[in-house]
Amino acid sequence: MSAKKKIGPLDIYALLPKTNCGKCEPGVCMAFAARLAEHTISLEECPPLWEKGQEANLKKLQEMLKPPVKEVKIGEVKVGGQLVVRRHEYRYFNPVPLAVTLDDTLPEVDLLKRIKKVEEYGYSYIGKTLKLDMLAPRYVSGDPSKFEATVKKASLSKLPLVLWCTDPGVMEKAVALVKERRPLLYAATRENWKEMAELALKYGCPLALYSPHDLKGLKSLAKTMLAYGVQDLLLDPGVGFGEELRETINCFTVLRNTAIRGGDEEVGFPLVASTARVWEDGGRKPEELAWEETALATLLMVRYADLIILRSEEVWSWLPLIILRENIYTDPRKPVSVEAGMRAIGQVNENSPVMVTSNFALTYFTVASDIENSKVPSYLIVVDTGGLSVESSIAGRKMTAQTIADAIKASGVKDKVKHRKVILPGMAARYKGELEELLGFEWEVLVGPRDSSGIPKFLADHWK
Amino acid sequence: MKSPMDEIMNLLRELGELELEKVDLSVEELRLLFRPLMSFLPPQVPKAVAPVPAKPSSLLEAEFSPFVQEYPGTIAEVTLGATRADGGTRGRVVKIGGETAPPWHFLEGKFPNPPAIAGDVFDMPVPLPGPVRAVLGDAIEDPIKWAKLAVEKFGADLIDIELVSSDPYSKNTPIEESCKLVENLLQAVEVPLIVGGSGNPEKDAKLLPKIAEVCEGERVLLSSANLDMWEPVAKAAKQYGHVVLAWTSIDMAQAKELNRRLYEYIPKEQIVIDPTSAPLGYGVEYAFSIMERIRLAGLMGDAELQCPMGSATANAWGAREAWLHNPEMGAREYRGPMWETAMALTMLMAGNDLYITLHPAAIRTMKDVIRWLMGEGGEPTFFPWIGVK
Repeated sequence: MSAKKKIGPLDIYALLPKTNCGKCEPGVCMAFAARLAEHTISLEECPPLWEKGQEANLKKLQEMLKPPVKEVKIGEVKVGGQLVVRRHEYRYFNPVPLAVTLDDTLPEVDLLKRIKKVEEYGYSYIGKTLKLDMLAPRYVSGDPSKFEATVKKASLSKLPLVLWCTDPGVMEKAVALVKERRPLLYAATRENWKEMAELALKYGCPLALYSPHDLKGLKSLAKTMLAYGVQDLLLDPGVGFGEELRETINCFTVLRNTAIRGGDEEVGFPLVASTARVWEDGGRKPEELAWEETALATLLMVRYADLIILRSEEVWSWLPLIILRENIYTDPRKPVSVEAGMRAIGQVNENSPVMVTSNFALTYFTVASDIENSKVPSYLIVVDTGGLSVESSIAGRKMTAQTIADAIKASGVKDKVKHRKVILPGMAARYKGELEELLGFEWEVLVGPRDSSGIPKFLADHWK
Repeated sequence: MKSPMDEIMNLLRELGELELEKVDLSVEELRLLFRPLMSFLPPQVPKAVAPVPAKPSSLLEAEFSPFVQEYPGTIAEVTLGATRADGGTRGRVVKIGGETAPPWHFLEGKFPNPPAIAGDVFDMPVPLPGPVRAVLGDAIEDPIKWAKLAVEKFGADLIDIELVSSDPYSKNTPIEESCKLVENLLQAVEVPLIVGGSGNPEKDAKLLPKIAEVCEGERVLLSSANLDMWEPVAKAAKQYGHVVLAWTSIDMAQAKELNRRLYEYIPKEQIVIDPTSAPLGYGVEYAFSIMERIRLAGLMGDAELQCPMGSATANAWGAREAWLHNPEMGAREYRGPMWETAMALTMLMAGNDLYITLHPAAIRTMKDVIRWLMGEGGEPTFFPWIGVK
């Protein structure tokens, strides 16, 4: 557990201007302090704190609120900034951005197609569109002009950039093209560190340090960079699948624990998982490499990666990653369940269908959205399943014929509709007979689809 | 009477500073103590600005000391299956658990047993997603054939037979018939068995003890005991020498309570905790965090949570993203098996020990990854099973 967690609103309030000037969004200093304590607002949003005379307090607050894993900006995207090792200890911040490589050997047509694919990719998930985040032009051609051309094309996109190149001379030409975009320079090594440090200082860019499976070397690089005056660092401890996987997992685990629980500031930086490196394994088919990369990215997403650089362009490999990220980066304190009871979805009337679901938040929102998609206004009876999904609550006896019958009776739906038909989730099919019995054979129980994505079709077929 | 704190504050007023010696204060006390004192402290004199140090001209070598913690607790080692030497008929046994540190913290402890992968088999044809049907073929119709396929071709370490047809609201298959199937399975495969009941507590209260009886000595994993129905399963496991899957729903207090009750009959070496595995995209984060918390609690010494954990990873297929036919989501013959694999890998990092899985690509990838994490080499074995239409 991090000592940072112990800082309370009162500690913070003592150092604020205490004028309740109203210039911040919460409006008053105490509320602002509370938001700072939960890391949902930043010091930049208190203008008086940045005025003359407040320097000492500002400095104390910055120190007090500084996360043990530094928050670094790539373009305008924040990475890292972690306060805890495990999400249940508090929460994870700054959902890990996914960057996609652009090899400078790609013919222009393919390059533009790839950029477009990354930019346009999106998946709708509980009211949000999940996206990929960055482009990573990569110097592999050996021809500096090709790298420059690739960076130029990439810079036409608004996505933040990761410049993957270990040759400082080549890097300088590229970074000069896009310096105002604050790209990540990837990466400094034991060989090129001095020139890379100069570039990071000259262009004000964040810098990644790369020393594969060598934590002493990585820390030495970080220590040197800090002494050199380069502050915005990311650490790449290297990745490997196959026999090297054990060491990869070890490096990520040890680095994050040493930074947060060990308080070692020289490794207190965001971690880069460059899973694109598994593609260097020749002799495998692209789909096999995409598979390996996705498996590795999954492991590292839940093992402390703060930035992932992917090479796969398979949509099937992106989807599990953007959804896992959405899941793991939710605030663990958010409620699992919605209130039980009856909801009207759309402009219902006395002929509207009546459906049943669980009160697990995700199930409820998914079903509600699928009903909306069906364009058939419906009543939805939400059974109290203790926040479990339909499948789990049936297995756990939280959703039974009895609890469904009770929920239907309590809902008063009888007075809302003229018909007497109720649609069960397909997973609850086994309750049909028992439920009809419990409802005194007054209602006909229809078995709906096993997944709510089938609701539009089901209603089209069965609700005329 | 003056409190020690008042005295310290007075001293501070006089002296401006005070060095505390041989005083034990917790962080919490310090925080309380020093907050009100801040106003008494003399205004901070800004330190002289240090001259900018010269840029280093060579790499500054640093010492890296990894943060390492010792954990007082050990997770129980649970053996599934028994060979002839131990009163069963299994060709091999599966051992899980025994960890002394959080998952894959190699510097902090031991991971003596590789997590194990079970193949999921149903006693009647059930609705299964396309990518799973593609690899099972007509084995879906025949649990014996299915189990053999899962062991011989997919590489499953054990078989989970789900007796779903025994549910009174399904086919209500008679108990004798279900027992017969399990006996036939014991003949057909040499790996240990997990036996899943009907899901109906009244039926399972009769079915699972009978299964325990006919499998006496085989050390099967009875799936499951829960807070609505635990005593018959616990008693049967004790009497016939089996292991119990303790199923609760994403709630640590419930997991503890169930184990407390089970401990009246059986030791932790006969329990596997299943805190519920919600699918990737549909609550996997709750499963992930509850597992992390259970494992940490066990290692920190909570004896009620010192059992290995199990996960019905096949639940991943409950997510529409795993099986929907939709070109915008990518080819499902890759996407589906990867969905199950990604969920299993997520659980692997949370400390899970036993996986119940459907697709051979998930089984093979997990076995490869686990082998590598255990420090053993070898080439990947999943290639033939990805992209099967």
